[in-house]
Amino acid sequence: MTQGRGLVGQSVLRKEDGPLLRGEGRFAADINFPGQLYMRVVRSPQAHGVLRGVDATAALAHPGVRAVWTFADVAEIPPIDFRLTRIETLAPYRQTVLAQDRVRYVGDPVAVVFADSAFAAEDAAELVELHIDELPVILHADAPTGEFRDGLSTETAVILKQYGDLDAAFDGAHATVALSLKIGRHSGVALETRGAIARYNAERDRLEMYGAAKVPHWNRDQIARMLGRKPESVNLFEGHVGGGFGIRGELYPEDVLVCLAALRMQRPIKWIEDRRENLIAANHSRQQTHHIRAAIDADGRFLGIDAEYFHDQGGYMRTHAATVPDLTAAMLPGPYRVPAYRATGHIRLTNKTPGGTYRAPGRYESTFVRERLMDAIATRIGVDVIEIRRRNLIDTSEMPYARKLETLGTDVVLDSGNYAGLLDKALAGIGWDELQRSLAQRRAAGELVGAGLAMFVEKSGLGPFDDVRIAIEPSGGVEIVTGAASVGQGVETVMAQICADTLGATYDRIRVVHGQTDRIGRGLGAFASRVTVMTGEAVRLASVTLHELVCKAAADMMQTDSRDLEIVAGLVSRRDGTGPSMSIGEVAAATELVADATFESRHMNYPYGVHIAVASVARDTGAVTVERYLVAYDVGKAVNPMLVEGQIVGGVAQGIGGALYEEFLYDDRGEPLSVTFADYLMPTAREMPHVEVIIAEDAPSPLNPMGLKGAGEGGTNAVGAAMAAAIDAALGRPGAVTELPVTPQRLYAVMKGNIGNNQH
Amino acid sequence: MSDIVLHVNGQNHAIRVEPRRTLVDALREDCGLTGTHIGCEHGVCGACTVLVDGEPVRACLMFAEQAAGKPIRTVEGLANGDAMHPMQTAFMEHHGLQCGFCTPGFLMLAIGVLEKEPDISDDDMLDVLASNLCRCTGYQNIIKAVRAAAAQMRAP
Repeated sequence: MTQGRGLVGQSVLRKEDGPLLRGEGRFAADINFPGQLYMRVVRSPQAHGVLRGVDATAALAHPGVRAVWTFADVAEIPPIDFRLTRIETLAPYRQTVLAQDRVRYVGDPVAVVFADSAFAAEDAAELVELHIDELPVILHADAPTGEFRDGLSTETAVILKQYGDLDAAFDGAHATVALSLKIGRHSGVALETRGAIARYNAERDRLEMYGAAKVPHWNRDQIARMLGRKPESVNLFEGHVGGGFGIRGELYPEDVLVCLAALRMQRPIKWIEDRRENLIAANHSRQQTHHIRAAIDADGRFLGIDAEYFHDQGGYMRTHAATVPDLTAAMLPGPYRVPAYRATGHIRLTNKTPGGTYRAPGRYESTFVRERLMDAIATRIGVDVIEIRRRNLIDTSEMPYARKLETLGTDVVLDSGNYAGLLDKALAGIGWDELQRSLAQRRAAGELVGAGLAMFVEKSGLGPFDDVRIAIEPSGGVEIVTGAASVGQGVETVMAQICADTLGATYDRIRVVHGQTDRIGRGLGAFASRVTVMTGEAVRLASVTLHELVCKAAADMMQTDSRDLEIVAGLVSRRDGTGPSMSIGEVAAATELVADATFESRHMNYPYGVHIAVASVARDTGAVTVERYLVAYDVGKAVNPMLVEGQIVGGVAQGIGGALYEEFLYDDRGEPLSVTFADYLMPTAREMPHVEVIIAEDAPSPLNPMGLKGAGEGGTNAVGAAMAAAIDAALGRPGAVTELPVTPQRLYAVMKGNIGNNQH
Repeated sequence: MSDIVLHVNGQNHAIRVEPRRTLVDALREDCGLTGTHIGCEHGVCGACTVLVDGEPVRACLMFAEQAAGKPIRTVEGLANGDAMHPMQTAFMEHHGLQCGFCTPGFLMLAIGVLEKEPDISDDDMLDVLASNLCRCTGYQNIIKAVRAAAAQMRAP
């Protein structure tokens, strides 16, 4: 095996960039087929109602219109199933691809129009008449429940996770600290809207869908099942994807509809979402209301935590089923010792856009809650926010640390970590003591400015498997076929780095295939910060095998012992520098060089981090400026530090969005108010501070040989928590922030005393 | 329907469009230049930024007819054969892109402004860059890349 040629660990420039910089990307909207029809979705304008009828007469008469479908046309198609965290009682709450006799949110697909042009499809969609009798709406997850249909409650399930003797913890407590907190509704909102283009090849009886992302194999299997086809007769193809963040690439009604239409009409069908649709129809996330109580001893150490929360799932249960509220419960304890624990999570349907995962799902929420709690305990005990954390942190000597909780089909076992060590690095990185002195001076001079800190544990590398096939071509090129997906994070670069080092191939000669279901039998795709860990290790394993194959084959041809051979920059030669050499392409021309590998892992691994924010508040408006931001994050081993840093900084931006600006708002009839980028405010270059990043490699994961942990979500995880703490400090009012996002209006009200600190 | 000619990257495209056809749709659908992307269609995100008469414009807010006869530049026209524009190179070297969807808009925006104001201050350039949205990078590396390219473009 050949290791340590130096690309792993280097900030190698990306393989992906060339076509994207030249305008040669192939995003969903860039794909066209001759004779294609355009699909337009007619969506419910009502948040809740009985669908009495749909009149498509005028739409069908519009020039260029080929068909209009309602539920009656798709009645045999089963609802979209769950991909993760299935709970059987959730099944009746799944969404059908078109609404049957009820509409449950503004944006609920009711009909689809197929036409010769996008203009004709949109014009005709305006002519479809919907007859809906309005029903009362539920807009808050913690409001009284109502009826979904057929007597089913809008409380779809209750998550319960617990261990230890909670009653004893509270009975013996020195004090109890309780908080009520809210996290707003926001989402990934990728710059590329969703899109799907399907075509059917009747000669080969093969259905294809382009515009796939994230989980092409799972979606292929589901589409096949829903349409009554064999999986091998359906293929999904991922092109460039304009941002994933958890929401893009899940299986949505529109994906199934284009496939069904391509089969029925024997024409390619193209659907590209507009931005308003994207903001009301693609998954929302995050919205939860928490009531949490901690039992603590006299030093502020946790004796127990009792958490109850209400998860606002919107209109239906989608592919993630209970994933987000389940992760909330499993990850809430974070990096701390919690001897007794109970989390009760109510999954509630409301008349808003359905929810799914968004970068750091369940963790952005629970970290906000836990770290608010930690700050409240510090205030209660009268120690500072650093000391209270030190007293509660799990020590390195306790690793691996079994949480006695499970999520995503795995036991939560914190595999490795030096939490206190990373806290020291973060404090040193920001110059905490000096920072506090200068902030105190500025406050004394009348400024509202302060620093806040939050700690967290992430999760990554979700199994159970990933497959890879690597082949060397006679041309000398190396092709890596993976079951992974790319949402812009640099999959090709990272896989090529690992292969180049392990095999001894030239980075520039390596091609990485992802998201093509016709190239590899199975694959789990890109989510849960899993690709570098799972696919990366599978690439390494296949590269090791291939290295042996090359050396064996070359040894025969070169009449030497394979153990004396090495491969450097694609050239096989003797280690002692004597004798002939040959390229791996020449070896491949003589004998087939292909290696398959599977990496299996039953446990996730757990990166961890510290966020520190410095924020100032405008006294006259309540507007918050983020002056400094630091993230210290331990990823075990960074394959490409530049990409890790890019993930972290980009993640921070999304976290700041959810902490200060981004919010899907509704009026009291359930009409969405955040339907343009003028209403749904995302950070621009002006709002972003310079983010300082410390990448630590102190605690490599023992669960894979390279020690890798995922980097995708640590930048986002603790931003809400750190920003809340910084704003509290700026105001000099511990516990002032109880709700995200901290918009100027909300903060101004807090400053005026209209909304108080709810500690009790 | 109107017959118009769009002058894009030095080439003439004679196309027939409805009056309501936006410039970005005409570039993508009628001229086959899909490098310019559509992010919001209401003029906020800037993914569709192209240069018309040397000025950055939101191609989703302009009708194709309004751009007829005027010189238009898109991302496809930046590289000279294999040689990328310094702004493209800087985005690669500074990791100024992840998914790449917003990238053509940022490239055209920054180039359009720097060609007119090569000595623009960093702070003013930050205001310029704040007119486009990126969801992946957090802007840090875009800012670095644009500053590096600006220095390169100023060099004699």
